[in-house]
Amino acid sequence: MAHQALHDDTCVVVPLYNEATVVGDVVRDLRTSFPVVVAVDDGSTDGSAAVARAAGAVVVEHPINLGQGAALQTGIETALRLGAEYVVTFDSDGQHQRVDAEAMVARLRSGEADVVFGSRFLDARTRPGLVKRAVLRAAIVYSNATTGVHLTDTHNGLRALNRRAASTLRIRQNRMAHASEIIEQVGRARLRWVEHPVHILYTDYSRSKGQSVFNAVNILTEMIYR
Amino acid sequence: MLIKLLLLVAIAAVFVLGLRAPSGARHLALRRVTVVVAALVATLSVVFPDAWNAIAEFVGVGRGTDLLLYGLIVAFLLYMVTTYRRFRDMEQQITLLARRIAVDEAVPRPAVPPVPAEEDVTGDDQR
Ligand SMILES: Nc1nc2c(ncn2[C@@H]2O[C@H](COP(=O)(O)OP(=O)(O)OP(=O)(O)O)[C@@H](O)[C@H]2O)c(=O)[nH]1
Ligand SMILES: [Mg+2]
Repeated sequence: MAHQALHDDTCVVVPLYNEATVVGDVVRDLRTSFPVVVAVDDGSTDGSAAVARAAGAVVVEHPINLGQGAALQTGIETALRLGAEYVVTFDSDGQHQRVDAEAMVARLRSGEADVVFGSRFLDARTRPGLVKRAVLRAAIVYSNATTGVHLTDTHNGLRALNRRAASTLRIRQNRMAHASEIIEQVGRARLRWVEHPVHILYTDYSRSKGQSVFNAVNILTEMIYR
Repeated sequence: MLIKLLLLVAIAAVFVLGLRAPSGARHLALRRVTVVVAALVATLSVVFPDAWNAIAEFVGVGRGTDLLLYGLIVAFLLYMVTTYRRFRDMEQQITLLARRIAVDEAVPRPAVPPVPAEEDVTGDDQR
């Protein structure tokens, strides 16, 4: 079937916050295989929304900055309203690969699972810095202990969900603590999940913009005092 | 010393309250009762200033003033934690509101066909 090569039953949700210099390329590249890209702009001040729209994305604009978790929930609800059978979450900073997303959707189509989590630690392609690696390791240990779902990478923005899984998610953690929350809800809803090896690019751009390790403290607080 | 036990219990209670504070009507009622009790205690303290010294001696604190200070610190901690929670709740509401606006603007819902007049008797059946 022609429409399966061109995933027009799939919606790629891209959380977007001040990535005007890269988001255009990210959206254009995605749209070569995924015609429906929903960019959730979160009050960017650098014109990201216009760039994403010009690149062909459906842009959903939060009137104020709410955070990445809130943006994902907004994007997922939009995708469901658009009638998507599959939903992919994909960062707008150019760190994720389109081919990984395609392979993950293919695994959903095969009926193998309801949720495919991307993992950068299933092979040696991804090279995060030393500190980043340590923080991620700690996060993995914590998340696995508290969510009851054992993953090799718990804070990876690349995920694919089928419609049923996407409809069960209710992300309430607005900022960065949503990653564990998603895993917890997937576990609680007894959805079938698998992990898929993905390659995350650490460029100078992503390093200059990515999460400061201090944010780990904020995430921990938000998970305890929710 | 009794005061150590009292303070430790109070601090632990504040921490736990932050995790699962009562919400809604119960919470509001609790806050109001607290205000009334505080006013009452304040009035009594003005009329009987020596009472604090007596209580302080009973629980093992030097002076009534010190006891008051400890109490104030615990009360402040409690205030901090409940305020944090109230802000989180409010943030959640703002999030839902902003999301609704954003999604409706991007993907308008299919227009609902107007309901024939005679079937509209249920009135407020908007959703
Ligand atoms: N909507 C929205 N998106 C955000 C916000 N903060 C970050 N993002 C987006 O979320 C994606 C990932 O953000 P990063 O800050 O790179 O976080 P990360 O990829 O988990 O961390 P690194 O590994 O350090 O890159 C990017 O596409 C950002 O544009 C926000 O407040 N709102
Ligand atoms: Mg990143």
